[in-house]
Amino acid sequence: MPEQISILALVLGILVATVRAATPLLLAGFGELVTERAGVLNLGVEGMMLVGAACGFIGAVTTGSVLVGFALAVLAGLVMALIFGVLTLYLMANQVATGLALTIFGIGLSALLGVNYLGTPIPGLATRIFPHLADAPPVAQQLMLLDPVVWIAFATPVLVSLFLYRTRPGLVLRSIGESHEVAHALGYAVLRIRLAAVLFGGAMSGLAGASLSLAYTPMWTENMTAGRGWIALALVVFSTWKPLWLFVGALLFGFVTIAQFQAEALGLDVSPNLLAMLPYLATIVVLVLISRDATRLKLSAPAALGKPFHATT
Amino acid sequence: MEQHVARPPRLRLAGISKRYGLTQANAEIDLEVGQGEIHALLGENGAGKSTLVKIICGLVKPDAGTIAWEDETIPAMDPDIARRLGIAMVFQHFSLFETLTVAENIALGLRTKESMAALSARVAETSARYGLKVDPARHVHHLSVGERQRVEIVRCLLQNPRLLIMDEPTSVLTPQEVDGLFVMLRQLAREGCSILYISHKLEEIAALCDAATVLRGGRVVARCDPRRESPAVMAELMVGRSLPRTNRLASAPGAPCLTVSGLSLPADDPFGTALRDIHLELRAGEILGVAGVAGNGQKELLAALAGERTTRPATIRIGSTVVGHLGAAARRRHGMTFIPEERLGRGAVAELSLAENALLTCFGQGFVARGFVQRRRVRDYAASVFERFGVVAAGIDAEARSLSGGNMQKFIVGREVGFRPKVLLAAHPTWGVDIGASLAIRQELIDLAATGAGILVVSEDLAELFEICDRIAVLHGGQLVPPLPVAELTASTIGQSMGGVVREMAHAA
Amino acid sequence: MRLKLERRPEASRFWFYLSPVLAVALSALAAAGLFALLGVAPGQALWLMVVTPLANVYGLAELGLKATPLLLCAVGIAVAVRANVWNIGAEGQFTMGAIAGGGIALLFGEDGGAWVLPLMLLAGVAGGLVWAAIPALLRTRCNAHEILTTLMLTYVATQLLGYLVHGPWQDPEGYSFPQTKQFDSAALLAPLIPGTRLNLGAVFALLAVPCASVLLRQTLAGYRLRVVGLAPAAASYAGFSQAGAVWLGLLVSGGLAGLAGVCEVAGPIGQLTPVISPGYGFAAIIVAFLGRLSPAGILAASLLMALLYLGGEQLQITLQIPTAATGVVQGMLLFFLLAADVLVGFRVRLIGRSVAAPAHA
Repeated sequence: MPEQISILALVLGILVATVRAATPLLLAGFGELVTERAGVLNLGVEGMMLVGAACGFIGAVTTGSVLVGFALAVLAGLVMALIFGVLTLYLMANQVATGLALTIFGIGLSALLGVNYLGTPIPGLATRIFPHLADAPPVAQQLMLLDPVVWIAFATPVLVSLFLYRTRPGLVLRSIGESHEVAHALGYAVLRIRLAAVLFGGAMSGLAGASLSLAYTPMWTENMTAGRGWIALALVVFSTWKPLWLFVGALLFGFVTIAQFQAEALGLDVSPNLLAMLPYLATIVVLVLISRDATRLKLSAPAALGKPFHATT
Repeated sequence: MEQHVARPPRLRLAGISKRYGLTQANAEIDLEVGQGEIHALLGENGAGKSTLVKIICGLVKPDAGTIAWEDETIPAMDPDIARRLGIAMVFQHFSLFETLTVAENIALGLRTKESMAALSARVAETSARYGLKVDPARHVHHLSVGERQRVEIVRCLLQNPRLLIMDEPTSVLTPQEVDGLFVMLRQLAREGCSILYISHKLEEIAALCDAATVLRGGRVVARCDPRRESPAVMAELMVGRSLPRTNRLASAPGAPCLTVSGLSLPADDPFGTALRDIHLELRAGEILGVAGVAGNGQKELLAALAGERTTRPATIRIGSTVVGHLGAAARRRHGMTFIPEERLGRGAVAELSLAENALLTCFGQGFVARGFVQRRRVRDYAASVFERFGVVAAGIDAEARSLSGGNMQKFIVGREVGFRPKVLLAAHPTWGVDIGASLAIRQELIDLAATGAGILVVSEDLAELFEICDRIAVLHGGQLVPPLPVAELTASTIGQSMGGVVREMAHAA
Repeated sequence: MRLKLERRPEASRFWFYLSPVLAVALSALAAAGLFALLGVAPGQALWLMVVTPLANVYGLAELGLKATPLLLCAVGIAVAVRANVWNIGAEGQFTMGAIAGGGIALLFGEDGGAWVLPLMLLAGVAGGLVWAAIPALLRTRCNAHEILTTLMLTYVATQLLGYLVHGPWQDPEGYSFPQTKQFDSAALLAPLIPGTRLNLGAVFALLAVPCASVLLRQTLAGYRLRVVGLAPAAASYAGFSQAGAVWLGLLVSGGLAGLAGVCEVAGPIGQLTPVISPGYGFAAIIVAFLGRLSPAGILAASLLMALLYLGGEQLQITLQIPTAATGVVQGMLLFFLLAADVLVGFRVRLIGRSVAAPAHA
C-alpha cells in the first residue's frame, strides 16, 4: 500500500512540476506564436519576460496584491512590445537587431528595477488564495499548488487555436503572415493588425515573466528567466507554428527543465551544471530536426516572417 | 444568328492613350467587346496589352480616351467601380495564400462576412455548375498550378462578372485542362458574360475566340475574325508584315563552340517552364538568336547554359569539353561569359562601385594572386571598360546604382566582352536601354563575333535579333524550334513559331 | 497633419555617418533623465560616467583593457553580418576560448617556459573556432538558423564552465570556492604598461582592425562574403557559394571571440571562475552596429562602450547606482541607433490635410 502511494505521489509530483515548469513557456510561446503568425519576428521575448517578472514582483510586494503584480507585468510587457512595434513596423528597423536590443535593454532594466528587491521572498500565490492549504489531503494539495496563472497558461492554447482557426480576424492575421503584399492589395490594415499581434505577444511575455517571479519561485533574482524566452522562441519554430505542437513542446521542455531536480531526487550523481545544459542542447537537436527539410520548413513558416512592410500606395 | 449585334457592346474603349516617360504604352486604342463575346487581345510583349487591361480595371488612369460600359460613359474608372460593374480579372501570376484552404482564400479575396460553411457551399455549387473541380477544404499548396487557376476563376465567378479578363491563362495548363477551360469559357459566354482573352497562342485563339484585336507597339494594327483568318496571317499581323533589314554580312561560320544535346530540365518553380529535349549548335563567329514570348523557358535555358543549374555532363559542351555538370565559375574558366537579364542585383551589385563590380566575373582572369585581389589590375580593367564603352558616370568609383540603365548595361557588356570569350550568352542585351547605348552594344556584339567568338542572344525584341543575328531559333513551351538563317525567315514563319503553331520552320521556297 | 515616410532613391550617406552621433546624443539625454529619476544630479552622473574614468593613465589603460574583448568580438561579428550571418553567440565562443586556454594553463602552467602562453592563445582561438563551427555546420548542412543555435550554445558553454570550476578543475586549495587555481606566471599576460592591467590582448585587438579590413577589402574570400551578403542573386551569377561565406563569417568571429576569452582569463582575471564576462559578447553586437560594420568605426564604438562600462562602475562606487544602469543605457543606445537609422533609407515628410482628388476623365 505505501509503495503504491509513493509511486503515485512521485508521478504526480513529476507531473505537477512539469506543468509548472511549462507554464512560462506556454505563455511566452503562444504570445510569440501569434506575433510570428502575423509575420513579425520578435527576438525580445527574454527581455520582455524579465521586465514583466521584475515589475510583477515589485507590484505585488508594494501593494500586497498579487493580482496587481500580474496586471503591472502585463502592462510592462505591453510597453516593451510597443517600443518594438513602433521601431520595426513604423520606422522600418531591422527586426532581428531590434529584438536583440529589446533583450539587452530588458535585461538591464529588469536588473535596475529589481535591485532593491533582491532576495525578498513573498508567499506563493496558492497559499494566498487557499489559506488552509496545510490541512488539505496530499493529492488535493498538489492540485491546489497549481497557481491560477498555470490554469491560464493551459487555457491559452485552446483560446489561441480557436482565434487563429475559427474566427475571421484570425484568418486575416494568418494571411498577413503569409503574404503582406496580397493582404494589403485586398485592403486589410497590415500594420495595425501586426501591431496588435506584437502587443499581444508582449502582454503574454510579461505574464510569463510574472509567473516566474510570483508563482514558480516567488522571489526576484537577476536574469531569473535563464534563457526561457529563447527556448520559447525555439519552441515556436519546433512546433512549425502549430498550436498543438507548441503545447506538446512546452510540456516536453518543462519536463527537461526539471529533470535535473528529478535526477537529484533519484539519487543520480550528475553535476547540476551538466543537467542544466539539457534544455539548451535539446533545443538545438529539435531545431536541426525541424530545419532539415527545407521545403517543409518553408511551407510551415509564415512566409512573410521578418520582412518589413512598407505600403507604397 | 449573331444575337449580340442588336445590343450595345459591353465595353467600348475609344482613343485610349497612355504614356510612361518616353514610352507610349498605348496610342489611340479603340476596342469593342460585345455582350457574350469571347474577344482575343493578341500581341507580343511590350505591345501594350497589360497597360490597356490595367486601364480597363481602373488600376491606371489613361491620359486620353473614353471608356463606355453598355453605352454609358464611365468618367473615372477605379477598382471599386470596376468591381461593381462586374469586371473581374484572372492574372497570369496568382495571388493566393498557400497555407490556407481554398475556401479561406476566397473568403479573404471577397472580403465577405458570410460563414465558412455558407461560402463553401457557394463554392461547391459554382464549381459544379461550370465544371471547375475545386475542393473548398483543400490547402492551396497541395494544388497543382491548373487547380490554383481554377480557384482564382471560381473567386471571380462568385462575383457574378459581366466581363472576365484572362491573362495568358493556358501557359500553365495541360492540354486536357485547356479543353476544360474552353468549355467553361464558352458556357460563361452563352450565359451572357463577355470575355477578354489575352494570349499569343494563335491556335487557341482560333479555336476559342469570336473576334480578335491585334496590338503592336501600343497601337491597334488589325481587327479580325479568328474563326476565318488563317494563323499565318494572324502571325504576320502580330509581328508586323515587313521584318527589319539586316546589316549582317554573310560569313563562313567556324567549328561549333557551344553544343547542346538533349537538354531537358524540370522547372524550378511552379510558374516556370520545363525544358524539353533541346538541341542547338552555336558556331564560332556566328550570332545565334533565340526568339520567343517571355515565359516559354528562356529563364530556364539561360540558367542551364550559364551554369547556375547543372545537368548531365555531356548535355552541354564548350568546344569539345563537356561542361554540363560544371558551375558558373568553372564555365567561365572555359571561356564562357554571360550577360544576365537583370542588371542590378544580378549582373552587378548595386551598393558596390564599378571597379568592385568588375571583379564579380573576372576573378578567374588573373586578377587574384594567392587569395589577394590585385586591385590595381582590376581598376585598370574597369577603367578600360569604362573608356572603351563610353560609360557615363562619376568615375569607376561611382556606385553601380547611381548609373542609368543604359550605362550600367554598357559596363556589364564591356566587362563580359573584354576578355575575348569563346562563347557569350546575352539575355535581352538592350532591354530598357536608350537608343545610343543600344546601338553601341549591338555593334560590340557584332565586332566580338567577327573575332571568332560565338554569341547566343535570347531576346523578345525581333528587330534587335534581325539586326545582329545570323540565324534565329524560337523557344516555345520549353521546346526549341530549330534555327533558320535570317535571310530565309518571314514574318509568318517566325510568328507562327512564336505562336506555337509550327514546330519547325520551313525553309523559304 | 501627420508624418509620412518616403523611401529615398539612394541611401543617404550623410545620415549613415550622422545617425550614430545622433543616437549617442539622444542616449546621453535619456541617461540624464534616467539619473534624475534615480535621484542623482544628472550632470554629476554624466561627468562621472564619461570624464572621471579617463582622468589618469591607469584609467586610460583600463579603457583599453575593457575595449579589448569588445573590439575583438565586434570585429568578428561585423565580418559575419556582412555575409548576412548573425552570430549572437560570441559570448559562448568567448567562454570556450577561455576554457580552452585556461585548460592549457592549468595543464602546463607549472612547467613554465615561453611556449605556454602562445599555446594558450592558440588554444583559445581554436576553442572559439570549434564553438562557431558547430552552428556553421548546422546552418550549411541542416538549414538550422544560426541565431538560435549560436545562442543555445552560449548557455551550454556557460554551464560547461560552471561544471568545470565546480568540479574537475576546482582549486583543491581554494576553500571550496568555485574557481580554478590562479594561473602561474608563465601562463599570464604581462602588463604592457607597468602599474596598469593593459596587456597583449589590446595589441591583438588593435591588429584585428586592419586585418579584418584587409580581409574584407583586399581578398577574394572577403569579396565573396560581401557579395553573398549584399546580393545573393549576383553571388549565384558569379558562382560564389553561400555556404563558404557562412563558414568564413562564423569561423572568423568565433576565432576572434575565443581569443578575447583567453586574453581575459590570462589577463585581468588570472584564473577561471563561473562568471568571466559582463556580457561582452552581447555588447559587442551593439558595438558592431554602432560602428556601422566597418573596422574603423568599430574601434571608436568599442572605446565608447568600454567607457560606458567604466562609467557604470564609477557610478556604483561613488553614487551607489547599480551597474545594471549600464545595461539600460546600452540598450537605449541601440534603440536610438535603430530609430535614427530610419533617416538613412527614408525621408520624413509632413503631410497636410489630404485634399480631395478631383474627378477627371
